[in-house]
Amino acid sequence: MITLDDVHKAFGANRVLRGVDLTIESGTSMVIIGGSGTGKSVLLKCILGLVKHDAGTVSLDGQDVTKVDRDAFLARFGMLFQGGALFDSLPVWQNVAFRLLRGRLKQPKAQAREIAIEKLRRVGLSPDVADKLPAELSGGMQKRVGLARAIAAEPEIIFFDEPTTGLDPIMAGVINDLIREIVTEMGATAMTITHDMTSVRAIADNIAMLHDGVIKWTGPVTQMDNSGDPYLDQFIHGRAEGPIAAVR
Amino acid sequence: MSLLLSPLGALGRTTLAALAMIGRAALFALDAVGHLVRPPFYAREFLHALFQIGWLSLPVVGLTAIFTGGALALQIYSGGARFNAEAVVPQIVAIGVVRELGPVLVGLMIAARVTSSIAAEIATMKVTEQIDALVTLSTDPMKYLTVPRVLAGLIVVPLLVGVGDVIGVFGGYAVSVNSLGFNPAAYLKNTVDFLEPLDIISSLVKGAVFGGIATTMGCFYGMHSGRGAQGVGGATKGSVQAAAILILAANFLLTGLFFSV
Repeated sequence: MITLDDVHKAFGANRVLRGVDLTIESGTSMVIIGGSGTGKSVLLKCILGLVKHDAGTVSLDGQDVTKVDRDAFLARFGMLFQGGALFDSLPVWQNVAFRLLRGRLKQPKAQAREIAIEKLRRVGLSPDVADKLPAELSGGMQKRVGLARAIAAEPEIIFFDEPTTGLDPIMAGVINDLIREIVTEMGATAMTITHDMTSVRAIADNIAMLHDGVIKWTGPVTQMDNSGDPYLDQFIHGRAEGPIAAVR
Repeated sequence: MSLLLSPLGALGRTTLAALAMIGRAALFALDAVGHLVRPPFYAREFLHALFQIGWLSLPVVGLTAIFTGGALALQIYSGGARFNAEAVVPQIVAIGVVRELGPVLVGLMIAARVTSSIAAEIATMKVTEQIDALVTLSTDPMKYLTVPRVLAGLIVVPLLVGVGDVIGVFGGYAVSVNSLGFNPAAYLKNTVDFLEPLDIISSLVKGAVFGGIATTMGCFYGMHSGRGAQGVGGATKGSVQAAAILILAANFLLTGLFFSV
């Protein structure tokens, strides 16, 4: 279980997170929604320790993440970055198998390659992309390679930052199904950031709406349409009028 | 009053920012040195860095050295002619190239070619979240990106300086023998007889220090790059400026250390 308790983060005068309280139960899929620039990615990075929060506590299974063994902590996570964040100098299969080629999860090269190809197939990519460089792939294909890398070591917790942005509707559907499948079959905990309401409905068990640096509403996705929260209503219906200013 | 204080304030802010940057760079360099001796080591990345910094820099180092050696011979010959000292060309070319021009020019060429490339590469990795991705994949960017490059710089730049010294001396030899009428055998003998082991040792030590500076500055500026294309450009420019200035300052200090009377 991931728990955020009164988490604050500012960049200079810009106070991005102003006291975030949130709980993500193990084996569930939480989707964070909110306007652009509201700090959703910062929130993910605070949990992973990529960005240090200024105040508050982030804990994993009751342990403060700033006080645990960093390697063991990170070994439990996988992350899909918004732009894929593939390593340009490595072929696709070595990107996917990065974790399996070094460190505590190291495996023989042939075995790691086999796993990489299987994960590529799982995200809808054929084995012939394995030896290509990331620059030779389209943006959507790079995203899927990033997803294959995130799940390659079968982590317990997976973060998805805008998993369907830049994908066509069919591939977005494939990725949504895959994320759902990972949560259901692997029992993984998923935390996803997205603006795509189709994805929200396909992926989420629970959703949380981040606005003005705090969680405005959180609850099961089934209650999303009847929440009565004006911020959430405006966001999910994409209305220009409402409490969220259109010009930010 | 405010007209007077405004420039002073700006000067103060710039000075503080520069001092903070020097402090961060120094801490980064110390951290890098600490990681040099602690596993894990990434052999593949180290060999790649050796190839990129060493082998691929050979043409630019060789061309810089040969033209500098040739020009130096012409300068010493015409300058020496003013007081009938044309015969000292082999000795001055040897000492000038080995003690000073060889290491400094190789260092500056490495700053231009390698520091800029390292800074641009790492800065691009930073703005495209590849550095963050490394961390989430349980890989320390300091160990994976910085240590192999700094170690390669420390090892391969002295070798490049050695090659540059030989080619520089050869440039002086070629010009002296072909254009200035020097006897080939006598030129070589004068060169070899005049050089002392300390000249060569100082040259190689300077090479190691300059290699360390050039690669560390590339990594430091890359890791601390700002956002977007402007951030990458700024990191690249800043890294080359810092590396060049530090190389020239270190050259002055090392020359004083080795040859002060």
